[in-house]
Amino acid sequence: MGIVEVENLTFTYRGAKRPALEHVDLSIERGEFVIITGPSGCGKTTLCRCLNGLIPHFYPGEFQGRVLVAGLDTREHEIWELAQHVGLVFQNPENQLFCLTVEADVAFGPENLGLPRDEIWRRVKWALHVTGMWELRHRAPHELSGGQQQRVAIAAVLAMEPDILVLDEPTSFLDPAGAADILSLVALLNREHGITVLLIEHRLDLASAYADRIVMMDRGRVVLDGPPEEVLASPEAAKLGVGIPKVVRLYELLAERGLRLPKVPLSPAEAARLIAEVA
Amino acid sequence: MPIEVQDVWYVYPTGVEALRGVSLTIREGDFVVIMGPNGAGKTTLVKTLNGLLKPTRGRVLVDGVDTRKATVAELARKVGLVFQNPDHQLFCETVEDEIAFALKNFGFPEEEIEKRVEWALRTFGLEEYRDTSPLALSGGEKKRVALASVLVWDPKYLVLDEPTLGQDHAQKEVLRKLISGFLGERAVVMVTHDMEFVVDFRPLPRVVLLAEGKVLANGRAEEVLTDPELLRRASLLRPQVPETLCRLRELGLPVRTDVLDLWEARDIILSARREPR
Repeated sequence: MGIVEVENLTFTYRGAKRPALEHVDLSIERGEFVIITGPSGCGKTTLCRCLNGLIPHFYPGEFQGRVLVAGLDTREHEIWELAQHVGLVFQNPENQLFCLTVEADVAFGPENLGLPRDEIWRRVKWALHVTGMWELRHRAPHELSGGQQQRVAIAAVLAMEPDILVLDEPTSFLDPAGAADILSLVALLNREHGITVLLIEHRLDLASAYADRIVMMDRGRVVLDGPPEEVLASPEAAKLGVGIPKVVRLYELLAERGLRLPKVPLSPAEAARLIAEVA
Repeated sequence: MPIEVQDVWYVYPTGVEALRGVSLTIREGDFVVIMGPNGAGKTTLVKTLNGLLKPTRGRVLVDGVDTRKATVAELARKVGLVFQNPDHQLFCETVEDEIAFALKNFGFPEEEIEKRVEWALRTFGLEEYRDTSPLALSGGEKKRVALASVLVWDPKYLVLDEPTLGQDHAQKEVLRKLISGFLGERAVVMVTHDMEFVVDFRPLPRVVLLAEGKVLANGRAEEVLTDPELLRRASLLRPQVPETLCRLRELGLPVRTDVLDLWEARDIILSARREPR
């Protein structure tokens, strides 16, 4: 069984005319890096809320189907219980950080779990090291750059040792260098530390190269689910009006003129390599 | 008559020098994009354009009027500023009131106000939210209300701070059409990090790179956004098209790299392939 199992999930917020999610099936294996994308209002944030139990415990509505996280049925387990398995990182790190030092912010979660002192310290140390924030542990979060703040927010979530890291557009408040920095950190956590990643992201040009899978949603449904090169090059994706990366468009334009690359590139470096192979 | 930013310095009360000698001219019909890292002074700069911030040193002239000698209300009729964070801009009880607010203040006749508000609600897909509180809307919807409430009075200079934040691809395309349609005799100044949004405009904008309160570059998008050294100093990533061409060049293909257009890049690749190496 996957670390996340969503089975035929339909959810309608109380008072809403139509479901926010309709017959959603999604299975995520331990260690996978999955991007969820789609136009605004497609249901991706609602899906996130279903994973950590905010739905149905906090947002009322009509819930059909089943969501299992680390084997726990989200309807039968409380938010605080699920939070130990699903770590959520939001768009704006400022909304997530509130302590006087980086270290205190990262320690806050484990302290509230009532863990022994040395266990808290072990986790804090580990989280600060893997996110590259160890040197800045005594600084105040508000003195840091946006990218560094987002690193702290990720460290704070990692200190809970979740089974899956869920990031809801974590780069949208960052400048391009900060965004690239955070995405490469997330890729490193996935690749080197085996952390399962579910990334909600519009910036497919920067994120696609790191993902095992892209799940595309539209109007509450999953419309595409597969490897990035297949999903991004599919005619449905173009019709949905998500931002298809330029290198994927270039692949298509070259193919129209009879120059077919061996595979769909996901980054400029890969595109150049593939073009050089056939040119 | 243009907006002239002449050797402007701005020092916040905390002592932070946000602008350190910025000079810039924005003429009618100009489309200027301001890019650079967070903290470069971009937002401070656009706030000097409508007199919200008065320069510590140097001066800003809007159609010949020094912003220090005019009120924000007088300047706003000409320079419409849409803030990055819509929560800093929206305060009325309904979307309709919000959009009508400035028109009433500027003394537009009742009939004209009605006509313009209808236009704005329709154009920005906000008709169903007419009686809704702007604060009850999603982030993307709030951005559209903020934009509508400025565009509705038809300022001569439209200044947008991060307009694509929180907008999906389809909404960005709507925004692109609005900006393109607004140009002509008027001018648009846009602060953004959204590189791929910028490079898809036709014609391409003029790009001003700002870093540490100074202008690093001010020129054609094809020149500025393909220059690796400038981009590095402005913490920007090269767009995918020129990045691909540069990588190809490193691999030995004789291609030009100062290109932002996808179709042009395709043709360059196809002809490089046919040429014997």
